[in-house]
This record gives sequence, structure tokens and C-alpha cells, in this order.
Amino acid sequence: MERYLLKNLAYLIGTMAAVSFIVFALTEATPGDVARKILGAYATDEQVSHLRKEMRLDRPLVERYVEYVGKLATGDLGYSNRFKVPVQDIVWDRLANTALLAAVAFVIIVPLSMLLGMLAGMREGSKLDRSILLIGTILASVPEFAMGVFLASIFVVWLGWLPGTATLVAGGSWSLASQMVLPVTVIVLFDMGYVICMIRASMVETMQRPFVRTAVLKGMAFRQVILGHALRNAMMNPVTVILLQITYLVTGVVVVETLFAYPGYGRMMLEAALFKDIALLEIGVLIAVVVAVGTQILGDLGYRMLDPRIRL
Amino acid sequence: MALQQTIETAAIGSAFAAFFARWGRRIGLLRESPTAMAGVGIIVFWCLVALFAPLITIYPPNANDFAALADPTPSAAHILGTDHLGRDIWSRLAYGARTVLTVAPIAVAGAVAGGILLGLAAGFYRGWIDILITRMCDIVLSFPVIILYMIVLATFGSSAINIIMVVTAVKAPYIARIVRGSCLELREREYVAAARMRGENGFFIMLAEILPNARGPIIVETCLRLGYTIITIGVLGFLGIGLPPPDPDWGGMVKDTYGMMSVWPHMSLISCAAISSLVVGFNILAVGLREIGLRD
Amino acid sequence: MTDQALLQFQDTRISYFIRAGEANVIPGLNFTLGHNEALGLVGESGCGKSTVALAIMSYLGRAGRVTGGRILFEGRDLAAMSEDELRRIRGKRIAMVYQDPMSSLNPVMTVGRQLMEVPLLHDAIGEDEARRRALHMLDEVKLPDPDAMMERYPHQLSGGQQQRIVIAMALIAGPALLVMDEPTTGLDVTVEAAVLDLVRELRQRHRSAILFISHNLGTVAHVCDRIGVMYGGELVEQGPIRQVFADPRHPYTRGLLDCLPTLGRDKRSSRLTPIPGQVGSPLSRPVGCGFANRCAHAESPRCTAQAIPSVALKAAPEHRAMCVRAEELPPFRRTVTAADAPTLEGKIESAVGVDRLKMFYRRSHGIFGGAGDVVRAVNDVELVAAKGRTLAIVGESGCGKSSLAKVLAGLETATDGDVTLGGRSVGHTAIENRPADLKRKLQMVFQNPDSTLNPSHTVGYAIGRALARLKGVTGTAARQQVERLLEIVKLPAAFANHHPHQLSGGQKQRVAIARALAGDADVIVADEPVSALDVSVQASIINLLNELQTERGATLIFISHDLAVVRYLADQVAVMYLGRIVEAGPVDAVFRPPFHPYTEALLSAVPQPDPDASHARIVLEGSPPAPTEEIVGCPFASRCPRKVGPICDASPPPEQMQASGHRIACHIPVADLARLNAVGVPAV
Repeated sequence: MERYLLKNLAYLIGTMAAVSFIVFALTEATPGDVARKILGAYATDEQVSHLRKEMRLDRPLVERYVEYVGKLATGDLGYSNRFKVPVQDIVWDRLANTALLAAVAFVIIVPLSMLLGMLAGMREGSKLDRSILLIGTILASVPEFAMGVFLASIFVVWLGWLPGTATLVAGGSWSLASQMVLPVTVIVLFDMGYVICMIRASMVETMQRPFVRTAVLKGMAFRQVILGHALRNAMMNPVTVILLQITYLVTGVVVVETLFAYPGYGRMMLEAALFKDIALLEIGVLIAVVVAVGTQILGDLGYRMLDPRIRL
Repeated sequence: MALQQTIETAAIGSAFAAFFARWGRRIGLLRESPTAMAGVGIIVFWCLVALFAPLITIYPPNANDFAALADPTPSAAHILGTDHLGRDIWSRLAYGARTVLTVAPIAVAGAVAGGILLGLAAGFYRGWIDILITRMCDIVLSFPVIILYMIVLATFGSSAINIIMVVTAVKAPYIARIVRGSCLELREREYVAAARMRGENGFFIMLAEILPNARGPIIVETCLRLGYTIITIGVLGFLGIGLPPPDPDWGGMVKDTYGMMSVWPHMSLISCAAISSLVVGFNILAVGLREIGLRD
Repeated sequence: MTDQALLQFQDTRISYFIRAGEANVIPGLNFTLGHNEALGLVGESGCGKSTVALAIMSYLGRAGRVTGGRILFEGRDLAAMSEDELRRIRGKRIAMVYQDPMSSLNPVMTVGRQLMEVPLLHDAIGEDEARRRALHMLDEVKLPDPDAMMERYPHQLSGGQQQRIVIAMALIAGPALLVMDEPTTGLDVTVEAAVLDLVRELRQRHRSAILFISHNLGTVAHVCDRIGVMYGGELVEQGPIRQVFADPRHPYTRGLLDCLPTLGRDKRSSRLTPIPGQVGSPLSRPVGCGFANRCAHAESPRCTAQAIPSVALKAAPEHRAMCVRAEELPPFRRTVTAADAPTLEGKIESAVGVDRLKMFYRRSHGIFGGAGDVVRAVNDVELVAAKGRTLAIVGESGCGKSSLAKVLAGLETATDGDVTLGGRSVGHTAIENRPADLKRKLQMVFQNPDSTLNPSHTVGYAIGRALARLKGVTGTAARQQVERLLEIVKLPAAFANHHPHQLSGGQKQRVAIARALAGDADVIVADEPVSALDVSVQASIINLLNELQTERGATLIFISHDLAVVRYLADQVAVMYLGRIVEAGPVDAVFRPPFHPYTEALLSAVPQPDPDASHARIVLEGSPPAPTEEIVGCPFASRCPRKVGPICDASPPPEQMQASGHRIACHIPVADLARLNAVGVPAV
């Protein structure tokens, strides 16, 4: 167990180092450099090179990267050129907003897609299975922005039941809860389609295995067979997939945030990328790596818990 | 040696000919799956629209008809209406189909080629090559790729070629994972040992003995990736890091107009419907292909 | 017969509805199973025997349906029952034991829980009582330490133990009928013997009727009172087991017995007689006898013009056969055809030498596992394969015989020691690096007909590619040679354009042999080439291998777990256990005392197709040590019923060589071993 955790910790740190260096190199080693971004298109070359010297950007890449990491180690996350505030003043707020969105969506997605995936997969080829599979496939096929536009045109433009934006600014005529409804729905529908299809596939495969026949021929009712024997086996593979959705939910919902003007992590990253706000971008990417690798490890642990054949 | 090479090429060639011949027969089977046929129908429709875009549209996609701005909703002059700059939406859809149906297949073809190579190498040679490739793929697969797209495209500029390259790099691991799985299983087959017994090299075994038998999952996965790549391209357009304006791009069309949704919802709704339908087409084709594969 | 039979099939007709149409697997089946009776159903693959089992359980799947007749269980029609009624019968009144115990058990549930489920489901009892019954059953099926066993997961048990769990699970509710579908197929012969003994014993005690389904006449003979022989979905012959074996009346039953190698036959005494032709498709059935097109006794029109009824024999009404000529066939005597096998005399020349060969490999534990344990697959093996002869290597699964074959073929390389091929060292050279003439010299035939040919390529490609690579023959010349090779293995030339899925298992194996011969190989390593085939097909492949040897003087290294086949085909035999040769020598010497204790146990365990074969069985306790264990003494010491003392564990057994070249690695002196003969193998 300790060995396992240690190995994964090493993997996490290694990935963080590699990814942060790649991002650093990508952003800083390109023609449209940081000083130019800050000063804008109308600055003279002289001004740009002056600022470069001032920001000590003329030193080799590796040297600056090491310096940057050293600063990080002391807890200094740097200064955001885009938002003109220290990084820590903005990044945690935005992350918390997105985490709220993600948590609500996750809590809805997991039970719902498990239920639908199981119902579909337990009788392959039945009407119920075909309907759920078709609906799931279609939901997973509609891009988030399109889903957002469809839902907004119905519930905002036509019915007027919900607000078209979710800026999380209290006051006005819409409560915070009502602002969350559309973003959460779009995420849930889009992501659930995929998860349902995965769980269904695993369930279908499980139902074909001989031990399910053994259970039926013991005289068990179909319900008992599903709940007592098929379920745990069928959840073994999807548990990894389900946990990987956390990565998507935390770091991949930039479209929904843009669509509904939601002040979240994804939009922050988009703006940071477009502005080459290196300090903010780096921290954001490191957070993404932690979330991604963390959920990967979590998924692995979940799998091991369900399957007695694997010991830590 | 030259003779040897000719034999080799001919053998690999005949393997692929057999591959396509068998798939030709399978396409006949498609007719038995209504799901697959619906998918094919949608895809064929958009392919025809893209192919004949100049013949079936009246206005150039970037021409502004400011007169129409008085009432941009669908009318006799503009069957699907115009956007906020007075550009004909039907023209932009048709020409946009050209873009998406060029960029997505090229990117996916690159991803499939790269994924097959990586997957075969990992599954066939195993050892450290496998560990290296698998780890790299895991990182890409679990990494929030949208951030990667943002960084790369913001840095290098969002041209068609950059989009294709980055999409190829991001989607290849999906294919690689599938191919590796198949390869690990197939390399233990006795016909692979038989090929070794007659002195075939690893390259030949991978391409002529293993790959043709992994085609089923690869084709299904390719189909799925095409759908998701179209979503990706749409999303990039929507975020403003897609193909540069003013040329039509379905995602970009939504980005330009969704702010006006409360006034003129048709502007964004139509392009949303277009992109959704095309993705649905590819995804239900994949479902149908799986169904057919299952029954054999 | 009692007034009410336990189970009765009355004109039962079963079909599967597939894309190609209705496959009528069972056209109309009639048989009766009495209380406490054990009926064995035998037949080759595709004869419908498993369908019968699943029909009894009403578990035919979505495609399968009973389309006519009735299946009466205790007087009620199973095919007409509701799900609720079926549920009360399944597991309680009728229980089933399956072929593959590992996959029949839920991998994520303890075996105790899986056992307790049955009584909890059917009897109104509490957890404690269910647990008590489960423990009792574990004891009944002779599993050690029942308390600990309850908490185990299936993957922690050996194959034999898993099957005992499945049997315990079937018997725990005290069913009236036990359906066993190939319960010992896939188990090693010593494990199989123990499971069969257990079934016999439990039968006495539990008074359940048994329907025992198997492809193996030997296992049926061991367990059942009556036998039914199935062919093409029909019960072509049924009757008391002794009578059917002594005087089979249906030509198919005779054919089955005729093509079966037994421990009393070898290639010099008689030729195996395969049944010609192939089973017809269930999609289209002939009007008359389904076997007529393969039958030597068939007469037109009376065999082919109308449906053939199953008739009781006048002399023995219990014995029925579905043959119009049943009464008129001469008494059955095993066909003895003059054999054309080469004699053993003459100068022995070494074709392949194995010199103190070791092949170890590391078992990895996945990406995170790091260095795994060392598996000692082949551990210090010394052998010579004589030119133009057959050397058989026999042993149970995991004994290292396949690893040995792979080293010979160059698919793996030696860790230590060497292999010589025609006097040249090849043990450390992978096949890719062997010189062209050595590649040609030794070729291999594999076990699994479904994976030996690439499904994407035609037969012509498989053979032609071997010709091109091994001999550099291409173009028209290659096409001609492909035809010639197909002719050698007795396949029509048109097969060159066929894909493997168009071929039967036996045909695929013939193509594989043709492929191995493409480079005019003179050593053929065959790794279990017939073990996946039905007996009638197996016989023809064995005959083919024999002919090739006679005509081409090829050396055959034949890897097998089947002692009867080895007895039949081999000139020299080596018995392997845990990576080592425990006994080796001329076939006649190895199959006669003195035996190595392991060989003795193996031989005693072989199920004989003879209900009267009543020799003592030596049941081996426990399972072999892990191949990762380092063993100082005799590898068999931990299970040896004739273990002499600590010396067996402490020092390696001496190799006792006799004049005939027969060697036994054992601490017991050969003279003493010669007196021990629990097997009573029929003398040749």
C-alpha cells in the first residue's frame, strides 16, 4: 500500500514537472512573447526589448524555469498580467466556482447514468435498451454549446423561466440557484450520454458471463441476479471512467462557462492562454494535472476495491 | 533482396485488398441495421452539401446583404435567414460543411495512422516501449485537453494546419489504446507464431498478420473519433480559437451570434442543429457498426 | 421403469432462430431418466448435447426455443412453465454443474456466500443454518479446511477445487436431478479422476438422478448406468452402459469406439478408423437417417427414403438403436487394419538433442510490479529425438511441455543448456536468427485450430507465404506447390481460395500441417495438435501424421496431455512434471512397470471407455507446487503416494537407467518399482 502510494506520488510530481515545463516553454519560446502582449501591438521594438530586460526575460529558458519553480516552492504563485492581481487572489475563487458547478453535476450524473446504463445493459437488444442507447448516443453527440443554445432558446427566450447568464452576482431578479440550472443541465446531459453508454457496454458484457447463468439457474429472480451478482462486476470497469469525469467537470467545462458568462476556472484559463498570462496559466495547468492524476489514482483504487483479485 | 521486397509489398498489398474486400461485404450488412443506415444517411447528406456547395447556394458565404438586416429571419430570399452581418446562413452552412468535413477527416486520419503505429508498437514489442507509450497516452487521455488546445492554438495561432496537428496529437492516444489492446491479444495467436516460424520480421507481422484482425474496433473507434473531432472543432470555433474569420465555421457562427439569441435565435440555432446532426450521424453509425460486429 | 419417470423428453423439438434461418438442432428427442438413475449423453461437438442440458433448465437464450413436444419433469412440462414456477425448480429440484468452473463462479463473491445463497433462496432458513449446510457440503466434496474455504474467492482456488465448489453448490439443496455438462473437460487427468470418483461417491449418498453430458466415452463409462449416444441432435443409440459398450448396434457408436485410441492400442498393432465425412448442417436435414452419408453400412433406399425410428432390440428391450439395420449388423469387433508404421529396429540417429536445457522466465506483475518471480518452466531436461521416429512429451498443464516445444522451435530461447538440431546448436538462437536451412528443417504445428490460421488470409496465402519465405518459391510454381501440399494433407486444391472460417477444425489442422511441410521440414514439433478436435477427426489427423512419418521419414516431436494418444502414436515417451523429465524411454517400456510413481498415477487416472475397467485409482492429493518454487529434492515428492521419506525432499532422485534406454528418476530402486503396479495396464 505504501509502496503503491509512493509510486503514484512520484508519478504525480513527475507529470507536474513535465507538463509545467512544456507549458512554460510553449508560452515563452514563441514569437509573440510576453512583453509584446503586455505592451500591445503599438509599442515600439525598443520599448518591448526594454520591458524584456526589466522582466529579465532575456535569459535562457531553463534558467527562468528553475527560478520560477524556486519561487513557487516559497509559496509565491506570481502575478497575473491579465487580471492585474496576484494569482492567488483570483485562482482559488474561480476554482471554487467551477468546483461548485462540477460537484452539483457529478452528484446528478453518477446515480442517473448508473441507473440508466444498468437498465439498458441488463437486457441487451430490448426496446428499453435500444431507446436508452439511442438517447444516450444523441445526448453525447450534441456539443455543449449547441445544447446550451437549444436549452436557452426554450427556457430563456421562449418560456422566460430561467436566466440566460450565470454570473453568480447576487441580486437582480434571478437567484443564484436559478442561475445554476442551465449550466448544470447542459453539463449533465452532455456528459451523461457518454457515461451511460460506457456503463451499458460493461453491463452487457457482464450479463453474458457464465456466472450470471449460474445465478439464474440457482433459481434467483432476475432482480436478485442483477443486484446480487451482475452489478458489482459490471461496475468494475466504469468506476475508472466515472472518476475520470471529475477531470472533465473541473477543467473541461470552459464552453459552458463561456456560454453562460460563468466566472469559473475554464474561462480564466482561456483568457490566460489568449493573453499569455504565464503565471496564471502555469498554476492553472498544475491544478489540472493534480486533478487529472488524482482522479486517475482514485479510479485505480476504486477498481481495486471492487475486484478482490487485485491486491495492493 | 529486391525480389524479397517486392514479395513483401505484394503480400502486404494483398492483405489490405482482402481487408477492403471483406469490409465491402460488411457494408452490405449495414442495411440490416436501421441505426447505422440513419447515420449513413445524415453523413451522406452533409457530404453532398459540402461537395456541391457552389451549386446549391445563391450567395457567396461572406457576402453581406445589409438590406436583409432589417429582417434577418428566414425568407424567400434567404431560406435560412441571414446572420447579424447580413450573410446568408444557408451559404455559410454549406461552405462551413466543406471546412469541417475536410479538417475533421484529415485530423482523424492522422490520429488513426499515428494511433495504429503507437498501438502496434506498444502491444507488439511490449517492455519499455509499451510502458513509455502507454504512460504518454494515459497522460494525454486524462489531461484536460481543452486547456492544451487553448495553450497551443493561442501560442501558435489557429490555422487549419495547426488545428489538424494538435487534434491529431490529442486523438491518436484513443486509437493507440484500442489498437494496443487488440494487439496484445492477437500477438498471442498461433498464426503469429507461425509467421515467426517462417521468418517474417516484426514489421510484416504487425501490418499483415495482426492489423487486419484488429480492423473491427479500429473502424468503430474511427467513426466515434470523427464525431468527437467535429465537436472539438466546433468548440474551438465557439471559443474563438478555431479557424480564423471570416470564412464560415459552424462553431464560429454560434460564437458570433449567440449574444443576439434573445432577438434572433435562428442565427445560432441553425448552426447548432447542423453540427449536432452531423455528430449524431457519426455516433449512431458507430453504434450500428458495433451491433453488426456483434452478430457475426 | 417406475410408474412416473423423473425426466422425460417426448418428441422434443428445439431450434435456434438465427439470421440464416431456423437451425433445428434437436429434431425430435425421446428419452426417459428414472429416479436415482445416471444417464450419460455422449456425442461430438455440435450434436446438441448441451442444448439438451439447457433445455432442461429452460435456459436456451433468446434465439433458442422448444418448438414441439414436451420436456416432462416429475410429470410437468418444463417448456410450458412460467418464470416463477421455473425459479422454484431451478437450483432446488434440478441443479447444474458446468464445464468451466472458474467462469461459472462469481469472481467478486466469496465461495461461502455463493453456496449459502442457494438454501437461503429456496428453504426458509436463516444465515446460521445456511452456513452450517454450506460447511457440511464443503466437507462432503472433500475440500480441506471448510471454515477457511468459505472466505475464499474463486480465483484463490485450483480448477479442481472450483469444480468441487460448483458441485457442492448444485447438491446443497438436495436436487432430484443433477445435470452435469462436461464437468471434467479442461481439467487435468489426475484432477478429473478425483472429481469423477467424488461424483460416483456422492451419487450413492445423495440419491440424485444424474444427466451426465460428455464428449468422452471414458468418463461416462466411469459414472453412468445408462448411456445415450447423440448424433446430429438425435439419440441414435441408448441402453445399459455395459450392453452398449459390449455390443453397439448403431454404426455411429461403433465408429466412435473404433476411432478411439486407448491405452491398449499402438500404431504398430492397428490403424485408427476415422469416421469419414462431416456432420450435416442443422439448417437442412435429410429425410432419412442423418448418419447415412457417413455410414459404411448404409443402404439406399431404406436408410434414406424415410425417417428412421428408434427401435428396441428384440433380445434386450432396454437397448434401443435408431438404425434399420440394427438387428442385422454383425457382432461388433474393433476394426483391426494392418498398420504401416515403421518398425523400431535399425540404427538410431539423433535428429534433435536436448542437453540439460533450462528455460526460466520472469512473471511480471504489470507496469507497477517490477521484477516478478522466476518461473522454472523447463528445468534441466535431457532428451534425444530419434530421426524418423516419434518422441512424445506427456504431462499435465503447467508441466513445461509447451515451453519446451517453444524452445525447440525457437519461439523462446534457452536460459541454460542447449538444443541441437542435426548436430548444430540452436538453443540460444531465436527463430528469427536461425540460418535459413535450420528454419526449414524444423517447423511447428499448433494446438488451436481456430487460431492457427489467420482469419484474414486464405489457405493459399498461408501455405504460399511459407513457401515464399522458406524456399523462395513464388508465382505459378508456388501455386502448384500449394496444390501439391494440399493433396498431401488430403484436401482438395480448391481450398487454396478458402478463408479459415469456411473450414472445419480438422481441415484447419490439415492446412497447418501442410504449412509446416512447405519448407520440406524433417522435424515437426506438434504441440497438442489434436486435443481440440473431436475423436473422429482426431483419428484422421493422427493417421495423417503417421503417414507423413512413414512416407517422408520425418521426425515428430509430439506434445500431449492425452496418454492414450501418446501410447498410440509414440515410439519414445518422456513424462514431464514441473519442468523435469521424471521418466523416459521406449513407449512399451514406459507404459509397463516399472513405473515412476507419477506415471503410475497418471495411467491409473485415465478414464477408460470400458465400464468394467475396475483397476485401483491413485488419487493425487493437493496440487503441484508453484513453478516459481525452488525445489531441491524430487519435484513430485509433495504429492507422491509412494514417498519413501525425507530423502525425497532433501536430495534429487537418481536417474535409474535400464538396458532398453528406459530411465526413471526416483529414489525407489527400479526392482522395487517393478513390483508396484496399481494400474494393471493391459499387456501389449
